[in-house]
Amino acid sequence: MSQSTPAVSPQLQEKVRQAREQLDAHVEEIVHWHFHPNTGCPFWLEKKQELKFDPLKEVKCFEDLKKFPLFEDEWLRGGPVRRWVPQPYQNRPIYVFETGGTTGVPKTRVVIEDHWIDYELFSETLPEEYFPKGANWLMLGPSGPRRLRLAVEHLAQYRGGICFCIDLDPRWVIKLIKKGWMEHLEEYKRHCIDQALTILDAGHDIRCMFATPKLLEALALALEERGASIPDVGITGIFSGGTEFTPQWTRFCIEELLDNRTYITPTYGNTLMGLACSKPVSKEDGYKVTYYAPQPRAVIEVVNPDDHLEVVPYGQTGRVKLYTLTKELFIPGFLERDEGEREPPYEKFPWDGISGVRPFSRLKKTTVVGVY
Amino acid sequence: MIHLPVLRWGKPYESLEVDQVVHFLTGEAMARVSQANPGLLQRDLRRAAQARDVLRQFRPQELLEKIKQAADLYLKETLPVGDGTQSPEEFVKLQSASTGLPEHMCRFNMQKNHFVLTHMDQILDALTRGLDLEILSRGYGVESRGVVVSYQAQAPVLGVVLPSNSPGVHTLWLPVIPMQLGLVLKPGPQEPWTPYRMTAAFVQAGVPAEAISIYPGGPEMGAAVVTHCPRVMIFGGSATVEQYRGNPRVQAHGPGFSKILLGDDVVDQWEQYLDLMAESIFVNSGRGCINCSGIWASRHTREIAQALAERLGPVEVKPPDDPQAALAAFTVPDMARQIWELIEQELQEEGVEHMTAPYGPRLVEQERCAYLRPVIVHCESPEVAIAKREYMFPFCTVVKCPQEKMLEKIGPTLVCTAITNDPQWERQLVDATHIDRLNLGPIPTTRINWLQPHEGNIVEFLYRARALQLSPQRLEALKSQCNLA
Repeated sequence: MSQSTPAVSPQLQEKVRQAREQLDAHVEEIVHWHFHPNTGCPFWLEKKQELKFDPLKEVKCFEDLKKFPLFEDEWLRGGPVRRWVPQPYQNRPIYVFETGGTTGVPKTRVVIEDHWIDYELFSETLPEEYFPKGANWLMLGPSGPRRLRLAVEHLAQYRGGICFCIDLDPRWVIKLIKKGWMEHLEEYKRHCIDQALTILDAGHDIRCMFATPKLLEALALALEERGASIPDVGITGIFSGGTEFTPQWTRFCIEELLDNRTYITPTYGNTLMGLACSKPVSKEDGYKVTYYAPQPRAVIEVVNPDDHLEVVPYGQTGRVKLYTLTKELFIPGFLERDEGEREPPYEKFPWDGISGVRPFSRLKKTTVVGVY
Repeated sequence: MIHLPVLRWGKPYESLEVDQVVHFLTGEAMARVSQANPGLLQRDLRRAAQARDVLRQFRPQELLEKIKQAADLYLKETLPVGDGTQSPEEFVKLQSASTGLPEHMCRFNMQKNHFVLTHMDQILDALTRGLDLEILSRGYGVESRGVVVSYQAQAPVLGVVLPSNSPGVHTLWLPVIPMQLGLVLKPGPQEPWTPYRMTAAFVQAGVPAEAISIYPGGPEMGAAVVTHCPRVMIFGGSATVEQYRGNPRVQAHGPGFSKILLGDDVVDQWEQYLDLMAESIFVNSGRGCINCSGIWASRHTREIAQALAERLGPVEVKPPDDPQAALAAFTVPDMARQIWELIEQELQEEGVEHMTAPYGPRLVEQERCAYLRPVIVHCESPEVAIAKREYMFPFCTVVKCPQEKMLEKIGPTLVCTAITNDPQWERQLVDATHIDRLNLGPIPTTRINWLQPHEGNIVEFLYRARALQLSPQRLEALKSQCNLA
């Protein structure tokens, strides 16, 4: 964020400047909200006492967020979860979501309506041709106390459709992997796919789908066994997410699983940040997948793994640093377990992006990825 | 730089994900290798039956002829490999440069593969106990004694997850093509050379390209081959072997823990067998599962260990192109260091003596690789931890153990050379189910008779004998067809 953008058109430069101005203003507003005694949540108001600066006076722009220490996701383990709820929201209906497949005491995030807002904004990026309004959806991903399941359902409803879901417990999947019960893992995957096939066979007229890459692949292969394909069963648009979105896998998916007939849009995100959209993927661009955070509600930086305050130059590899800047959640810089290459802004998303997202190489040995 | 594509039933596929094979001494990139994703394999396996179909267009005898032609092509000719060509000498240099094996050992491995290919008819004759290969091809037939027999292929293809560190293992999958089954190969990341060169030789000799697929990739590709191929051959450590024990789909090849046992009746003449012992430990840089890692005797063990240490201890590291080079490099230097640290730790145990200690440091670390010089260890009893070890370099324990306790204590043993004339003990050795290949008499553990099955009979793994009944008329017709009427 701190470095100048590569040579771009004056129009794009202007868009970048405006986006930056909007982000700075948004930061000031959000920080004020979270640290004001009338609006802040108990956690941040307590944390404020430890800070060596006054966030109400000394945070005026995005760069000022770097005065905060890094957010530690361990803070999210255990209760009471109400410590994360801003004062004005204490009497609102509250959701609590857990992160993907963690075992032990889960890390949780409270949400009032952020997941709706994030997915409504995401909805605006979906091409009508492939994600027609009113179409029914299949949610082929984790169920249980996860934001994704409700968010996808909201997306379907927001677009006038109905969402059909499967049961999928990612914690069981992680246990199977850790035990080395790979045949059970395959059986569990088959169990999930059987549920999806049942829904697709049941006359629900499903046209759109969320699917994790592994399940998307498994569904496509299961359909192929029947002599059909994902486009054959009427699915026209898929949104998906996960670090498996290498260019090679994306190409394989588009060319072979989807036969170039169903549109797929990769996304990157998590329970804390929401979701980052991708620049449309194309053969001409080598099936490169580049993500852009939903600024100003969230920001992604690609930083030097040894100095998170330093953003790497464009095209260089760095660790993902996330910021969440909504009225429901304030995360002033969190080091994700992923890495990638910093990408320049473009017309639709005039701020930094990231490509080649993959598990952070220094943590690779301890991270189980893409479990469902 | 040569590019090795994914081969999908013979068709090259250039992946967007590419790995480089680098020279273990210089770090120079020698080849670009397309990396497959597991989905490619899963999709392609739907057409696995076609691999068998194209091979069944030829009679087994015709395929054996093609295999023999392929042997010479593999050994002697410049072949199209990937997007380039490769001469035998280039192959040797590439294989040595990525695996750390000295060049003359790579040449020896080529000769070994050539031998197996050129003697495939005899090998299959031995493995099938003389069965007419037409019976495997047709699925049933009549033996010369007039009895109907039936063998059913359990899979149209064999999946093979190959290691990086031992070019010697390729002989194990070579009989598959003449048995009219296709191949799905996942090469070791540092040894893609043999699968590609062998495939090029097969195809040039007229074996249909559609019978073979090659999927280079990371561990997830290996896992995919194991998960999705109906019959799989894999190579790994003890844990891998244990994981798949009893799984009829998987033939797991792991450490050999091969041993030489000296009977009480011959042990006083141990010096006669010193050459045999040294060869068993040392040949092919001690890297194979058939290399001896334990010599067991009831007496003279310290003298044996000392004599072996005098013979092997002074062996020095030499460059891979030196014809005298006897030691292979560990291309992942940390691995050699970790092994040496473990050995050092276990040498501290009471009753354990490091006999090669007087011959200088064993761990030799270089800029990008490391070596371990031969290690001979004397063990006062089988109870010490180091007595059960096997490593991928010339390492051997000489273990003192009463003859009557040996079979109870040796543990799983891939090759056991038992030197004895004691008929009672010989009977026990023959009955010992934890010994796989038994050599009775002074035969080095590393001398393989190819007419014997190695670590599981591949024919029995891929074909199942089953009942098949024919009406009298059909039986007569078959006999007539087989000239048995």
